[in-house]
Amino acid sequence: MLGYLIRRLAQAAVVVLAMSVIVFVGVYAIGNPIDVLIDPGATQEIREKLIAQYGLDQPLWRQYFTFIANVAQGDMGTSMVYNIPVVDLVFSRLPATLELVFVSVCIATLIGIPAGLYAGYRPNGVAAKLIMALSVLGFSVPTFWIGMLLIMAFAVNLGILPSGGRGDVGSFLGINTSLATLDGWSHVILPAINLSLFKMGLLIRLTRAGMVEAMRTDYVRFARAQGLTEREIVFSHVLRNISIPIVTVFGLELGSTLAFAVVTESVFTWPGVGKLIIDSILQLDRPVMVTYLVLVVILFVLINLTVDLIYARLDPRVRLKGGS
Amino acid sequence: MPDTLTPGGTASATPSAAPTRTRASRLRDFWSDFGRSPVALVSLAVIAVLAFVSFGAPWVTPQDPYDMANLDWMDAFLRPGTVGSGGYTHWLGTDNAGRDMLSAIFYGLRTSFVIGLSAGALALMVGITVGLTAAYFGGRTEALLMRIVDLQLSMPAILLALVLVAMLGQGVAQIILALVVAQYAYFARTTHGTATVERGKDYIEAARSTPLPTWRVLLRHLLPNVLPPLIVVATVQVAAAIALEATLSFLGVGLPLTEPSLGSLISNGFKYIHTDRTWLSIYPGLFLMVTVVAINLVGDRVRHVLDPRNQR
Repeated sequence: MLGYLIRRLAQAAVVVLAMSVIVFVGVYAIGNPIDVLIDPGATQEIREKLIAQYGLDQPLWRQYFTFIANVAQGDMGTSMVYNIPVVDLVFSRLPATLELVFVSVCIATLIGIPAGLYAGYRPNGVAAKLIMALSVLGFSVPTFWIGMLLIMAFAVNLGILPSGGRGDVGSFLGINTSLATLDGWSHVILPAINLSLFKMGLLIRLTRAGMVEAMRTDYVRFARAQGLTEREIVFSHVLRNISIPIVTVFGLELGSTLAFAVVTESVFTWPGVGKLIIDSILQLDRPVMVTYLVLVVILFVLINLTVDLIYARLDPRVRLKGGS
Repeated sequence: MPDTLTPGGTASATPSAAPTRTRASRLRDFWSDFGRSPVALVSLAVIAVLAFVSFGAPWVTPQDPYDMANLDWMDAFLRPGTVGSGGYTHWLGTDNAGRDMLSAIFYGLRTSFVIGLSAGALALMVGITVGLTAAYFGGRTEALLMRIVDLQLSMPAILLALVLVAMLGQGVAQIILALVVAQYAYFARTTHGTATVERGKDYIEAARSTPLPTWRVLLRHLLPNVLPPLIVVATVQVAAAIALEATLSFLGVGLPLTEPSLGSLISNGFKYIHTDRTWLSIYPGLFLMVTVVAINLVGDRVRHVLDPRNQR
């Protein structure tokens, strides 16, 4: 197991390093940030001074090594637009994204699993058909358009919820979050619903598939023969058996929820990291782009690694053939 | 179908149960099976109509909304159903530049179809190549290729496409390229999965023992048996490509404003969301939604028909 662990860690490190090169080269192929940064009327002297200050006159490989050397010291560079260290910038935006993702995952779970259980319990009923049709809508209708409709309905027409932005931030157990205030909740609820729809559709389908399969099995028949109520069968036998694949897929999907937040955050002008990356792409803020992308790569490599390790722990065959 | 899974979960090998069925009769069976779902038939009809009006856009629309010479500022923000200075009715109204929304939507839809279909077809080819190569050669090639594919699959396509488009710049070809890179992995995964199962079967062993060249074994013997599940992936991915393009254009990193795109139309309408000019964002969105959902419903039905568990 230890050998396998070391091998996988080394692989992960190689992947992160390789991706950092790709990201760096790719991002640096986009436009000239100097043109965006200074006004066109600036003198040639100021231009050259700025170019030298950002090290843009250096060859690409040297820029990359400067970047890596700085990263090794915990310095990811300074945002060209906000003029503050990128690390501070990203971490100041992170709480907003995390709370949005948290609320949306809660909504998806609380609605998706019961709906999926019901649809799987009576797969031929009208309600089940309706639930399945909605789940198809949930992950085929583009997120941004649904978000827009939500704003139109609840913010513009009904006028009961704000159309964007993050609400008042309160303090709860020493954590500063907008979930501690009523105003914060009124801001987070629409984007959270928007972000949860895709996940909800996925959960409904997963739960329903597991439920349909499980209801045909012998243990359910035996449980019925034993005289257990349907409620006991579903909640203490079936749900426990089908929860493992659901949890696995759902865990894997957490990362993609963070990424999907890019779209939702733009629609609802939610000040999280997703909005930050879109803004930085539009404004050619290279250091922010590179940092965000490298962080995302690290996040996904970690998720992959965790899944592989858990599987290796559960299934010795994986661990033995892992080297090939 | 060889090797069907019975609902109980036990694999029962039915040794070449029906080798007499010809290709034509199988296709007939497929259609009669497919046609038993009215939802799928309606979806297919909807796709056909939308494809017709969008590819025929220059002939069925009253104006070319992306030719500035055709636009009249006096026609800006006409409500749906108003007759404009051109003398014809703007059924879905006009936008801030006096552009007929219905025409703009048809042109945008054409871009959607072109991008969705080309990205889907190219990703299919790349995916098949990668998947077959990995499955057939095995060993280190397989390990390396499939690890890259797996890593890519764990990342959401939207993020990958976003970054690639940012690097490549705006334009139809750039978007297609970005979508292919973001989506080929789904095809590669499916191809590899099915091909590894097929590789172990006797007919491949038999073909390999003949002096046939490797590419012939791959393309004529392995590929046809890998295709059915790929058809399902392809429909889903075309729908996903259309939705992704619209999303990227909505975010302002997709197509430039001079290119017709449903995403840009919606993004433009989004600016007027606090006014009563809701037709600017509702209608292009409706067309986008209907297109994507219809393609997905057809894909769902194809999956159901091709699933061995549902075969009589």
